[in-house]
Amino acid sequence: MAQAFPRVINTVFRLAILGSVLGVAGTGWVWVEILRSPYVSRAGFQRPQPVPYSHETHVGVLGMDCRYCHSTVETSASAGIPSTKACMACHSQIYSRSPVLEPVRSSYEKDRSIAWTRVHDLPDFVHFDHSIHVNKGVGCSTCHGRVDQMPLVAQGSTLHMEWCLACHRHPESVLRPRDRVFDLTWRAPDDQEEQGAKLLGQLSIDKAGLEDCSVCHQ
Amino acid sequence: MNIDPRDAVERREFLRLMGASLALGGLGACTRQPTERIYPYARFPERTIPGKPLFYATAMPFPGGAQPILVESHMGRPTKIEGNPEHPASRGATNAMVQAAILGLYDPDRSQVVKRAGRIDSWPAFLGALRHALEGLPADGSGLRILTETVLSPTLASQIWALRSQRSGIVWHQYEPINRNDATSGAKLAFGEDAVPLPRFDQAEIVLALDCDFLGSGPAQVRHSRDFTSRRRPYETPAVTTRLYAIESSFTTTGAMADHRLPLAPSRLAAAAREIASSLGLDLGPAGPGRPSPAERSWIQALVEDLKAHAGRSVIVAGELLPPAIQALAHAMNSALGNVGKTIDYIDPIEMETIDQCASLRDLVSAMDKGEVSALVILEGNPAYAAPAEFGFSDGLARVPFRAHLSLYEDETSELCDWHVPAAYFLESWSDTNAYEATTTIIQPLIAPLYEGRTAHELVSALAGRVGIPSHEIVRDYWKNSIVSNDFDTLWERALHDGWLPDTAFKPKQVQITPGFAERLQAARETRADGEMIELVLRPDPTVWDGRYANNAWLQELPKPLTKLTWGNAVLLSPSTAERLGVRAEELVEIEGAVRTLSAPVWILPGHADGCATLHLGYGRRRAGSIGSGIGFDAFRLLPAEGASRTPGVRIGPGAGSQSLACTQSHQSMEGRDLARTTTLERFLSAGGSEHAPEEALASLNPPAVQGAHAWGMVIDLSTCTACSACVVACQAENNIPVVGKEEVQRGREMHWIRIDRYFEEKGLSPDVRHQPVPCMHCENAPCELVCPVGATVHSSEGLNDMVYNRCVGTRYCEANCPYKVRRFNFYSYADLETPSLKMLRNPDVTVRSRGVMEKCTYCVQRINEVRIRAELAGRPIRDGEIVTACQQVCPASAITFGDVGDPESQASRLRNQRHGYGLLAELGTKPRTTYLTRVIHPNPLIKES
Repeated sequence: MAQAFPRVINTVFRLAILGSVLGVAGTGWVWVEILRSPYVSRAGFQRPQPVPYSHETHVGVLGMDCRYCHSTVETSASAGIPSTKACMACHSQIYSRSPVLEPVRSSYEKDRSIAWTRVHDLPDFVHFDHSIHVNKGVGCSTCHGRVDQMPLVAQGSTLHMEWCLACHRHPESVLRPRDRVFDLTWRAPDDQEEQGAKLLGQLSIDKAGLEDCSVCHQ
Repeated sequence: MNIDPRDAVERREFLRLMGASLALGGLGACTRQPTERIYPYARFPERTIPGKPLFYATAMPFPGGAQPILVESHMGRPTKIEGNPEHPASRGATNAMVQAAILGLYDPDRSQVVKRAGRIDSWPAFLGALRHALEGLPADGSGLRILTETVLSPTLASQIWALRSQRSGIVWHQYEPINRNDATSGAKLAFGEDAVPLPRFDQAEIVLALDCDFLGSGPAQVRHSRDFTSRRRPYETPAVTTRLYAIESSFTTTGAMADHRLPLAPSRLAAAAREIASSLGLDLGPAGPGRPSPAERSWIQALVEDLKAHAGRSVIVAGELLPPAIQALAHAMNSALGNVGKTIDYIDPIEMETIDQCASLRDLVSAMDKGEVSALVILEGNPAYAAPAEFGFSDGLARVPFRAHLSLYEDETSELCDWHVPAAYFLESWSDTNAYEATTTIIQPLIAPLYEGRTAHELVSALAGRVGIPSHEIVRDYWKNSIVSNDFDTLWERALHDGWLPDTAFKPKQVQITPGFAERLQAARETRADGEMIELVLRPDPTVWDGRYANNAWLQELPKPLTKLTWGNAVLLSPSTAERLGVRAEELVEIEGAVRTLSAPVWILPGHADGCATLHLGYGRRRAGSIGSGIGFDAFRLLPAEGASRTPGVRIGPGAGSQSLACTQSHQSMEGRDLARTTTLERFLSAGGSEHAPEEALASLNPPAVQGAHAWGMVIDLSTCTACSACVVACQAENNIPVVGKEEVQRGREMHWIRIDRYFEEKGLSPDVRHQPVPCMHCENAPCELVCPVGATVHSSEGLNDMVYNRCVGTRYCEANCPYKVRRFNFYSYADLETPSLKMLRNPDVTVRSRGVMEKCTYCVQRINEVRIRAELAGRPIRDGEIVTACQQVCPASAITFGDVGDPESQASRLRNQRHGYGLLAELGTKPRTTYLTRVIHPNPLIKES
C-alpha cells in the first residue's frame, strides 16, 4: 500500500510543531511586553489637564517650593492638591484676565472643584503614604522625576510593584538627606551606597519590615 | 447532600462558560487603568487634611436613651461610628445597632422626596397644604393631633409644649411599641411615683436579673456591660467576681453570662419572684398559684441566702417588659436589702413627658374613629405596623382628612398618609437628646442632608407658623434661652466638642416603699392562662429591635447572639416543649391567639423555659425597603392592647409545611473538646488557673517565624465577653465587609471576619452557654500559607498573616487548610460597587474586595500602619495600647486586648501569659497569636449543678 503522505510531510510537521511552540512563546512575549510597556503603565506619558498648569514655570523658573501647593505632603498620606483659592492667591493679581485661567476663576467664583486628571494613579489595592516617605529621605524627584522641567506633568516612573520593591529592598540607593528631599535638582553622589547606608541609621529606618505585603496592601 | 438545581450545570455548558471566562478574564486583565479625576476643594475647609479623618461628637437617638458617639469623617464623608470615650454612657464603646447606623445613612432605600398620595411633590407644596389644613381648624386648634415616638429631645418637647400652650386644643400623643408603661406602673406600685432604676453593677457583688437583659439590650447596655465586667476579671488584684443569677423565660445574653440561670415561663417566673421576696421577709399577703418545684425551690433558697449575706452589696433588676407587679417586687426587694443608694439609684424618668403610651394611642384611634381628628401629623415611628392590631389604627387613620408622616422610609404608615415627608437622618440633623441617665447631648450633623430630609423641629416649627427656620437655629435658641450663662457661645462650643452638656445628668432621688404595698400588689396581680396554653413572650428582636432597623442589612445578617439565626425570626421553643407539641425546627406552626392566628417556623433553643414560646418583634415588614420587606413573620399581630407584658396564652398546633431559616452555626456541642474553656473562681484561685494541662508543643518542620520589631497578638477574655456582637458589626464597618443575603448564609458563605461561636453544654437546670469570638488566629505556623500556590497569603515580619488580594486567584486551598475556618471567600461580587450612595460608606483605607478573592481578619492592619507612621513621624516607639483594632474599640466589656506580645511589659503580653490563657486548637502546633483567657465563673457552692 502506498504511503498516504509523502516523506516531506515529516519535515513540514516538525516545522509546524516548532512553529507553534515558538508562536505560543512569541505571543506570550509580545503580551508581556505590551503589559509592561509605557502604553499600559503610562510611564513618561503626559495627561491633558483642564488648565495647562506648568510645573516648569512655577517650580523651575519661579522657584516655588513643592510644599506651597502640596501642603500636606509631610503630614498626611495624601500630598494634597491645592485648592482653587491657593491658585487665586497669585492669579487674582497676575494674569488675572488670561483666558487659559478661565476654569480657575470660574471654579473660585462658583465654589466648584477643578477636575484635574490624576497622573500618578496607583491601583486601589495599594496604599501609599507620602508623609513617611518624605520624612524618611525619599525625595520628590525619586518617584515624580524632574517635575521642574515638565511643562505638563508626565508620570515619573512605571509604578510597577517591582519598581516599588526595588527601593523597599534596597533603600540605600535612593535615600538623601532630609534637607534635600524637596530639591528637584539633587543628584545621587558617587558614593550613594555609602551615604545611603549612613542615612538608614540616621533616619532610623528598619529594613526588616519594608518587604511585608501589608506595608502597602491593606 | 442536596444539590441546588440552580447550581446544576451541564458538562458542556460548564466547559463553554469556563472557556469563555478564561478568555475574557485574560483579556480583561490587560486593560489600562481607567482615568481618574481629582477634585480638590475650591476653598479648603478649616482643619481638613486630605487623608486624615476628623472626629465629631454627636449622639444617636435610641429607644430609651441616646447613644453618645464620635463619628469619623473623611473629607466630609462620615464612614465609621465609635463610642464617645468621655461620655459616661459610652466610655468609648457602642452596641451593634449603633455600629450599623452608618449603613443606615447611605441606605439607598431611604425616602428621598416629599410625596403626596405616592406622587412626587415638594416641601413648599406640603407647607401650603399644611397651612390650609391649619386654617380650617377652630381657634383653639382642636382637631390637630401630633403623634410622636417617645420624645427625649428637650427642644422638640419645648416646641410642642409651646404649640399646645398657644392653641390648647392640640393634643400630643406618644407611642412606641417597646415603652416604659409597665416600668412606670411598677414604680408607682412600689413608690407611689415614677422612678427609673439605675443599677450600679460595678458596686454589686450579687446580681439577680429577673428577665432583664441588661447586658444584651437597652439604652444602658454599653455602660452596664462595662460596669459588670469590671468585676469579672479574677486575674486582677484583688480578685473580685460578681455572682450573677438570672431567672428568665427566653434565653438572653444576660442569661448566658449568668453563673446560675433558672429558665421559667412568665407565670412561674412571677411565682418565683414572689417566693424570693417573701423569703427575704417581705409581707406580700397570701401566696398565689404556681409554686416552684422542689429543685427550683432549693435553687431559690440558695439565692436568697446569698442575697441576705450581701445585703447592701447586691442588686435586683427586673426587665421593663415584665408585669408591673414583678418590677415593683424588685424595687421592694432592693429596698429591703438596703441596696438603694449603694448599688442602685433612682432618678426621674428621662423622657420629656411620661404618659401611658398604649392609652394615648387608644385615645387617638377612638378620636379618629369618631371623626374628631381633622389633621394628624406623625413625627417618625411606624404605628400602622407597630400598633396593637386590635386598635384598628389603619382604619381610623383613613378617616382623618389631613394626615402627614415624617419618616426615614416610605413605610407602612406613609402608605396610608396623603403627605409623606422624608426625615433627615441623625447624622444630617441638628437636634438634642438625653442619654439613659439624662445627660443631654447636642446632635450635630456630619453631612448636609443627602436627600430632601427634614427634621421634626422644622415640621413642628412649621405647625407653629414659623417656616424656614433651620433646625440649628431652633436647637441653639432653645439652649440659649434655657442656660443661664454670660458666655453661652463658649459653653455651646464646648458642648459640641465634648458631646454633652455638663451637669445635665439627673441626681439620684429619694424613694421609699409607700404603705399599703402588699394590698396594691395583690390588686395588680393577674391570672395567666395555664394548662394547655403556651405562654407567649413577645420581645424586641436582638438586632432589628421593633422593626426600625429592618432595612439595615448588617443587622439582618448579624447572627442573633443565642440562636445564631440571621435574616428572620422564629418561634423559639425549648426542646421538651417542642417535643410535647410534636414539632421540629423549621416546621411551620399555627399560633392561635385570642383574636388572631399566625403561621411561623419553629426554632429549638436549649435553655428556653418550658411551656412558653418567644417571638421576636420587628419582622414581617411589608414596606421596610428592598432589604427588610417580606422577611420573617409579624409578631405584632399578637401584641395585646395593653403592651407586651399582658400577652395571653396561645395554642400552638402543627401547621402545613416548613420554612428554612438561615443559621450560621448549626452545631452546638463541643463534642468533648476544650474549645471554649470554663473554670470556677475557686479552682482558678487554688489550682493555678485552669485544670487543663498545657498543650504539648509539637515539633515543627517549618522554618521558625521571622521576628520583626513587634509581634502583634490579641487576647480575648472569655470571662467578660457577653456575645453582644458589636465587634462583628464594627469589623464589618471598618473593613468594608459585604453582606451576602439569606440564601448565601444558608450555604455557609457569610463574610464576617470575626464570628462568635456558641456552644451549649449540659448543666443542671439550664445549659451552660459558651461564647467564643473567633477572628483570624494569625498562626505563627499558619497552615493556610503553606498551601497557597500563588503566595497570596504570607507572613509579615511582625507576625501578621497578610492577605494579598491582588495575588489571590481563588483556589480556596487556604480556606480548606485553616483549622479555625476564619477565611472568607467572595463567591460572587458581594461588594456593591454600583450604588452611588454606598460608595461613600467605604473606609478609604481598606481595599474593597471583588469576586474570586479570599479575605479574612487582618488585625486591622490599616490601623497598625497608621499608628506606626504616626509614631515614626514623631520619632518615638509605638506605645502600648496605641493600636486599637475595631473590635477592641467597640467592645463594651473590654474583652479584647491587642498589642505587642513580644514585649513582656505590654498589656497583651501580661494577659497572654496568664496561667488561664490558652490557644484555640494549639495542639495542632499552629502557634496562634490570638489567644484566649479561660472563662472564670463564680458559682454558689450551695447550688449543685453538674
